Amino acid sequence: MNMYSRLRGWLVSPSVIVALCICVALFTVFQFSLRAYIPGSLDVGGFTLANFTGLGKSIYRDALWNTLILSIETMVFSLLLAYPLAYALVRVRNRALKSVILITAITPLFLGEIVRTYSWIIALGSNGFINSMLRKLGLVEFPVDMMFTHFGVLVALVHVTIPVVVLMLAAAIAHIDRDYEKAAQSLGAGPIRIFLTVTLPLSMPGILASSTTAFAWTFSAFATPQMIGGGRVPTISTLIYQLGFSSMNFPLAASLSIVGLALTAVSLWVFGKLTARFKHIGGH
Amino acid sequence: MKIKPSLPWPVRMAGPVLICLILAYVLLPVVVVSVAAFNAKAILSFPPESLSWRWFGRVFTYPDFQHGFKTSLIVTVASSAIALVIGTGLVIIAKRTYFPGKETLQSILLSPLVVPHFTIGLGLLMLAAQIRLDRGYDIVILCHVILVLPFVLRSVYVSMENLDDRLEHAAASLGAPPLKVLFTVMIPLLAPGLFGGWLFAAIMSFNEFTASLFITTQETQTLPVAMYNYVREFADPTLAALSVVYIVVTASLLIVANYFLGLGKVLNIEESSR
Repeated sequence: MNMYSRLRGWLVSPSVIVALCICVALFTVFQFSLRAYIPGSLDVGGFTLANFTGLGKSIYRDALWNTLILSIETMVFSLLLAYPLAYALVRVRNRALKSVILITAITPLFLGEIVRTYSWIIALGSNGFINSMLRKLGLVEFPVDMMFTHFGVLVALVHVTIPVVVLMLAAAIAHIDRDYEKAAQSLGAGPIRIFLTVTLPLSMPGILASSTTAFAWTFSAFATPQMIGGGRVPTISTLIYQLGFSSMNFPLAASLSIVGLALTAVSLWVFGKLTARFKHIGGH
Repeated sequence: MKIKPSLPWPVRMAGPVLICLILAYVLLPVVVVSVAAFNAKAILSFPPESLSWRWFGRVFTYPDFQHGFKTSLIVTVASSAIALVIGTGLVIIAKRTYFPGKETLQSILLSPLVVPHFTIGLGLLMLAAQIRLDRGYDIVILCHVILVLPFVLRSVYVSMENLDDRLEHAAASLGAPPLKVLFTVMIPLLAPGLFGGWLFAAIMSFNEFTASLFITTQETQTLPVAMYNYVREFADPTLAALSVVYIVVTASLLIVANYFLGLGKVLNIEESSR
C-alpha cells in the first residue's frame, strides 16, 4: 500500500477543479461560437452556424493569414538572432562577460508585454528615437513610417520572443558533448565546418522546441500587434478584442477564437511531426 | 602542441561584432525608454531638450497606478500561492502514485502554455456573463491560477526528478504518518524548486495583461491593464518613467539572483564540467 494513497484525494482534487474550470471556459467559447448574436446584448440567441460563415469575409481571412505570416517570420528571425547569443552565452569563458550577456538577454523576459511594447512605440514613432537619429544623420528627410506597419509589429514581436528562444537554445547547446567537436577537429575540420556539420545538427532538438514556442507565443500575442499595429495590422487576437469590446459581438469573437485554436492545434501537430521525424533520422 | 586552426581576422571579428549588434537590438528599447523618462516636456523629442524627474512623481501619485498596483499585488500573491499549493500536491501524487486520468489531467493543466491567453480570458468572461456572476477578484485570481499553474508544475516536476524516494520510505518505515513525511521530508527537500516555481508564477501573474484585459473591471483593474489604458489616454512620458522603475527593479533582482543562486544553474544552461 502506497503511503500517499491516503492523501491522494486531498492533494489531487484542487487540480481537478482547476482543470474543470479550464474545460468549462473553453467549452463556453465553443458554445458561444454556435449562438446567434443579439446586437447590444451580452445574451445570445439560438444555435446557428452563421458565425462561421460570417468568418469568410476578407477582413477575417486577412487577419488569419497575417497572424500566420507574422508567427512564421517572428519564429525565423528570432531563431537567427537568438542562436549566436545562446552560443556565446554557453561558450564564452569570461564569467563577467557571460553574466552581462545573460542579464541583457533575459531581463526583457521579466518586463511584461506593456513595458516592452511601449518602449518600441517610443523607438519607432515618427518623432521617435530611430527617426530622430536618421534625421540627425541626414539619412532621411521625412520620417519613415514604422508605427502601425507590419514591419514595426514584426520588429517588436521578434524582440519579445528572443529571450525565451535564447534560454531554450542555450540549454540545448550546453548539453552538446564537446567530444564530438574535438573529434572533428582532430580529423582536420575547420571551425566553420565543425559548427555546420557537428554543433548545429546536435542542437536541432533545441531549435525545433524553441521554434514551436516562438510560433505559439506569437500566434497568441495581443499587446504588441494591438499597440504597435494600432488596428492597421489586424491579427486574430486584435480582431477578437475589437469584436468583443467594440461591437459586443461575442458569438463572432468566440468563433474566431475557435478557428485560431484549430490553427494552433494544426501547427503544433506539424511541429510535433517534424520533431519526431528529426529524432527518427538522428537515431540512425 | 596542438595548432589552433586560425582564421583571417575579419572572420574572427565577425562573431563578437554580431553579438554586439544583437545585444544592441535587445537593449535599444530599454535605452530609449530610459532617455524618454527624463524628458522634461510632455511631448517626446530625441535627444530631450531638458531633463526632469517630474514623471517619476506622477507614476507614484496617479490614482489608477496606485489602485492597479494594489490589485496586482493581491492577485499575484493569491494566485501564485494557490498555484504553488495545488501544483505541488498534484506533482507529488502524480510522481509517486497512479490514478486514472492522470495523463489527461496533466495535459489539461498544461494547455494554457499553448492556448492563447485571450481565448481563456474570453471564455471566463462569457462564462461569467452566462451564469450571471459578478466579476470580482475571485474570477481574476482563478484566471491567473490557470495561467501560472503550468510553470509551477514544470518547476516542481524537475525538482521531484532529483528526489530520492528512499528518504520518504525511511521516514514512513520509522512510523511517520503520510502528512508528517510530506511536511518534514518532502517539502523541505523540494524547497528550492518550490521557490523557483513560485517566483516564476508570481512574475508571470504580476505582468499578465491579455487575459486580465478581458476579465477585469474598473474595480479589479490590474497594473498592466491600467498602464495600457494610460497609453491610450495620454501621450506624456509617465509610462516611460514607470518602465524605468520596472527595468531597474527587475534587473537588480536578476543581478542579485545571479550572484547568489547562479542563474546559469537555475536555468539549466551551464555546460557540465568534465
